[in-house]
Amino acid sequence: MTVVASQLFTGISIGAVLLLIALGLALTFGQMGVINMAHGEFIMAGAYTTFVLQSAITDAGVSLLVAIPVAFAVAGAMGVLLEFLLIRRLYARPLDTLLVTWGVSLLLQQLARDIFGAPNVQTRAPEVLTGNTRIAGDLTMANNRLFILGLVVLAVAALTVALRLTSFGRRIRAVVQNRDLAAVSGVPTARIDRLTFFIGSGLAGIAGVALTLLGPIGPTMGTNIIIDAFLVVVVGGIGHLRGSVIVAFVLGVLQSSVEYLTTLSVAKVAVFVAIVAFLQWRPQGAFTLRTRSLA
Amino acid sequence: MKWRAAAGFALGAVVLFGVAPAVLSDFRLSLLAKYLCFALVAVGIGLAWGRGGLLTLGQGVFFGLGGYAMAMHLKLADAGEGNLPDFMELYGQLDALPWWWRPFANPVFALAATVLLPMLVALALGTLIFRRRVRGAYFAILSQALAAAMVILLIGQQGTTGGTNGLTDIEGFFGYDLDDPVNQRMVYFIIAACLLGLLALVRQLMHSRYGELLVAVRDSEERVRFLGYNPATVKLVAYVAAAGMAGLAGALFVPAVGIISPALIGIVPSIEFVIGVAIGGRATLLGPVLGAVAVAYAKTTLSERFPGAWIYLQGALFVIVIAVLPGGLASLARLLRRQPHGRLEHP
Repeated sequence: MTVVASQLFTGISIGAVLLLIALGLALTFGQMGVINMAHGEFIMAGAYTTFVLQSAITDAGVSLLVAIPVAFAVAGAMGVLLEFLLIRRLYARPLDTLLVTWGVSLLLQQLARDIFGAPNVQTRAPEVLTGNTRIAGDLTMANNRLFILGLVVLAVAALTVALRLTSFGRRIRAVVQNRDLAAVSGVPTARIDRLTFFIGSGLAGIAGVALTLLGPIGPTMGTNIIIDAFLVVVVGGIGHLRGSVIVAFVLGVLQSSVEYLTTLSVAKVAVFVAIVAFLQWRPQGAFTLRTRSLA
Repeated sequence: MKWRAAAGFALGAVVLFGVAPAVLSDFRLSLLAKYLCFALVAVGIGLAWGRGGLLTLGQGVFFGLGGYAMAMHLKLADAGEGNLPDFMELYGQLDALPWWWRPFANPVFALAATVLLPMLVALALGTLIFRRRVRGAYFAILSQALAAAMVILLIGQQGTTGGTNGLTDIEGFFGYDLDDPVNQRMVYFIIAACLLGLLALVRQLMHSRYGELLVAVRDSEERVRFLGYNPATVKLVAYVAAAGMAGLAGALFVPAVGIISPALIGIVPSIEFVIGVAIGGRATLLGPVLGAVAVAYAKTTLSERFPGAWIYLQGALFVIVIAVLPGGLASLARLLRRQPHGRLEHP
């Protein structure tokens, strides 16, 4: 029982980080139909922001809390810059956007290598987050994972409120549902696209902060996790946040439990097979906006 | 236009079989052999992506399947009847050959597997994906995830696959010693012949009714469906053909270079295959070949001396070529000639 619960918890915390990354992708993919391969490097930017802030502030706890908004802003600004310089010129060619942003991701990785050096760096976790918390009986949960879970819940709640209750959230939803109709109704779609990019990339920055609590920071840290996040978007469907939320946690739990029963390599393959099987049943993903378009 | 194709073909044969072996040193020639293997993969990507619109970011998987199939046979042949390949004894967890290694001792099976195994995997995955109309970016992501899963699987099963190191130190090639420069030359000629032969085949395919249909599916899948064709089948043929070419390339890469490893087939090399195709001109026949060779050459020359600069250049190539010149260098020539139909054929 304890084993099951602790595996479940590990899975959920893997899913939580995945969710933060996938939310940004789902937002931009859902609204503009572009695949941003440089999203992983925004995660890296968030992680290095945490590292730089900790070197400057030295207190691990304070610097971590400061890093959350700063990483959001840094990664968000990078996203807006990318959208403004490149992606908006390529909205008609989604597959080409994928390759162009892959090039950007190569450039950013090499830039990080030149600035911070090729070897991985590490941040110190604040003392509060290094221990375990006993939940019940023998069941303990690592504090850093609990913190990440809380962070993700907060971020998702904030995003939901922003999309449901604010005026710019309403505009974002309008553009996602019908871009042309939104445009003729006076919604400044180009500005809304940029805003979505800011929020989506900023969330990746926060994911980067969370990842510093789990492992080392390196120039290629974004490459591997980004593929899992893309799979969340593919399976979760676009246009609804709840698809990403559910699928991220399911994939996290699936991955960690198969990994517990067998090995990491088998788990990756099992997840891939499960995804292809799922797409046989729901090729558009778990949740999707209903439209009449054929494409 | 037929005589032009034939003339071009003859010119290619003269360059590959006459000029290159005469001018290049043994070392350079074996490098060219390696580049031509990448060019073989590129021809397949040109067909699937340039003509069919299927952006496959996982060709490394098929390259790897072909390469591993060939390397497994050569390792077994090197070890001799009844012995384990050297790395298996080194890691020492096995006393007998795993069952799935055994058939590869048979040369006919191994050779067939280098091409058929990738095609079977592509057939299975392609059927499942295209039948349910999963396409565009979704397909690209899935193909990339396949490459990621394959690499992790290979690394995880170190005892039977050689893990991160891969299968190395391949010495013999069906009885010929690969250390001998004469035999290296023979391998080069085999690769060049395969490339020329496949180019002729793919040219026929592109100019056939099927080739027209493939372009039609790329440009307007729904219309093709309404005309009564099944786009899933059309795409499947291109995907499986590209997989077979990548498998053959992987199989030829092994004797040419002497190694196959996860680092050669993962996410990064898989997407590197694509950039050569994009630079040369994705929808043309020769563009992918020239682009792949040029990129591989630039990589060897630059990355030895300035590894950082090469990555910057590669990133910049992705950004500039694909954003500004989606038709590749092939379209540049046409743009410069200012022909009235010089518009990009397929942006």
